[in-house]
Amino acid sequence: MAVMAESGVAQVKRASLWTRAFESRNFLGAMFMVPAITILILFLAYPLALGFWLGMTDTKIGGAGRYIGFQNFVSLAKDSVFWLSVFNTIFYTVTASIVKFAIGLYLALLLNERLPMKSMIRAIVLLPFVVPTVLSAIAFWWIYDSQFSIISWVLIKAGLITRYIDFLGDPWNARWSVVAANIWRGVPFVAITLLAGLQTISPSLYEAANLDGATNMQRFRHITLPMLSPIIAVVMTFSVLMTFTDFQLIYTITRGGPINSTHLMATLSFQRAITGGNLGEGAAISNAMIPFLVAAILLSFFGLQRSRWQQGGRD
Amino acid sequence: MSTADDQSVGMDYLESFPRKFLRVYLPLGLIIFFLLFPFYWMAVATFKPDAEMYDYEKYNPFWILHPTLEHIKKLFFDTDYPLWMWNTVIVSVSSTFISLFASVCAAYAIERLRYKGSRYVGLAIFLGYLVPPSILFIPLAAIVFQLGLFDGNLALILTYPTFLIPFCTWLLMGYFRTIPYELEECALIDGATRLQILIKITLPLSLPGVISAGIFAFTLSWNEFIYALTFISSSENKTIPVGAITELVNGDVYHWGALMAAALTGSVPVVILYSFFVEYYVSAMTGAVKE
Repeated sequence: MAVMAESGVAQVKRASLWTRAFESRNFLGAMFMVPAITILILFLAYPLALGFWLGMTDTKIGGAGRYIGFQNFVSLAKDSVFWLSVFNTIFYTVTASIVKFAIGLYLALLLNERLPMKSMIRAIVLLPFVVPTVLSAIAFWWIYDSQFSIISWVLIKAGLITRYIDFLGDPWNARWSVVAANIWRGVPFVAITLLAGLQTISPSLYEAANLDGATNMQRFRHITLPMLSPIIAVVMTFSVLMTFTDFQLIYTITRGGPINSTHLMATLSFQRAITGGNLGEGAAISNAMIPFLVAAILLSFFGLQRSRWQQGGRD
Repeated sequence: MSTADDQSVGMDYLESFPRKFLRVYLPLGLIIFFLLFPFYWMAVATFKPDAEMYDYEKYNPFWILHPTLEHIKKLFFDTDYPLWMWNTVIVSVSSTFISLFASVCAAYAIERLRYKGSRYVGLAIFLGYLVPPSILFIPLAAIVFQLGLFDGNLALILTYPTFLIPFCTWLLMGYFRTIPYELEECALIDGATRLQILIKITLPLSLPGVISAGIFAFTLSWNEFIYALTFISSSENKTIPVGAITELVNGDVYHWGALMAAALTGSVPVVILYSFFVEYYVSAMTGAVKE
């Protein structure tokens, strides 16, 4: 940034007139960037770098740490709770993303039909995404309560089960419960964005396919999916990133329990760093998330490139 | 996607009502029911007296026989909830305005001034959007502590723009791109400065974009949790999500009524704002993804 400001000034060398400076794109551009860049460097880029550094130190809360190289990572590699959190994070991300995609696409197709009160339905569908996650997670917490769960009550009344389900007390029940809450929150985002994508597909394509006698399934397979694939890639990248780094839902509903069975890498790093006071170790855990995130971004990026190339390499 | 209706392809207006009901309305209704149920459940618990809430034998859990405001009263008068609400408003409004200001300037410079390297800066800002708060909160906590901002609104007001600015800038770049260059060129020839052009031409024309970005930024900051949880320690400085989770639970005693009341009343402001600007909100959400 500072370099750009200097080169901007350098171009109007010795003109020494403010007016000249303000006519230079580079100088003006740099000036306009100052507020955004200052905040982003101070509170985004610098902390990102500091996080890498902290991960290699034994910093405790309230004390200076010293450099210990990869020791944090070495001890994490032997830490079964850490590996459990990696497993949980992957399980959480994969199951929730697949179901979010399936229901989201289905919902988008339904919303794309001729419907009365279309815009109102669309507004209602988006509500779970708008309401603060923690506050809706509190509702799920109550829905999953061991004694007063409405799900158990309904199932008992329907004669399907005989005992109240211990949603959050049993490891696998708890895992599926938080996955369900995550799906609930994420489906609207996927659905509304895919709906926007569906609406950009020209109806003439479908008409042409009809004339050729294509079935519904064929139209979906050969028109809708290929036309939608770029936006699917983008939406799913966002969805995977958000799910993988989720913190709020887990912290609210289970706090990582029972016996760490729902700890994600994000909640474990919070627990070690803030609750436990080991900033260095916590930072190392969050750094361990980065390779996964980069892989997810690259995967969708190259996926997009490939589909562009297949469609005749436009752009 | 059943194959039974293959014959009605492209002529769905001819589709009989029962068939369309089974194919579209029923599944749609079911999904909407599941999407809305937690809100209904939240509302029921908010207005239900404790006696009914914990007795499923005598009272139907789906219904409220004697609606009460006791939970809301408890929340507003026996806890710091009004302070949390106030903090959330202050933090959300300030960080939204800071982000909008910084983003308008940045997006204008990147998209319109096209200074040297602006494309790379634009890309870098977009990449910033992909950096999740759950990676940044630990080093940020260290920074916030060093700057002496710990346990104050300012810590949140200054850090929320890190995820708002990338989003708003990216969105506004798209909007600015749709405004014809000729308008600016004419103004330049007439002797207007860049600042005048931005304020008098570009901004008014991209007002829908600025509103979209603002609404989205506001709901995102209202929703934020991990920074507020990490950087704030005293009850009177907390935001609604953090206060509800940390202060309404005493050991093993959950004040479910008050918790639900907090969840409901904490959601209402965003929902009201959202319902007024739903079109802007949707366009912001999809616009940012489609770029």
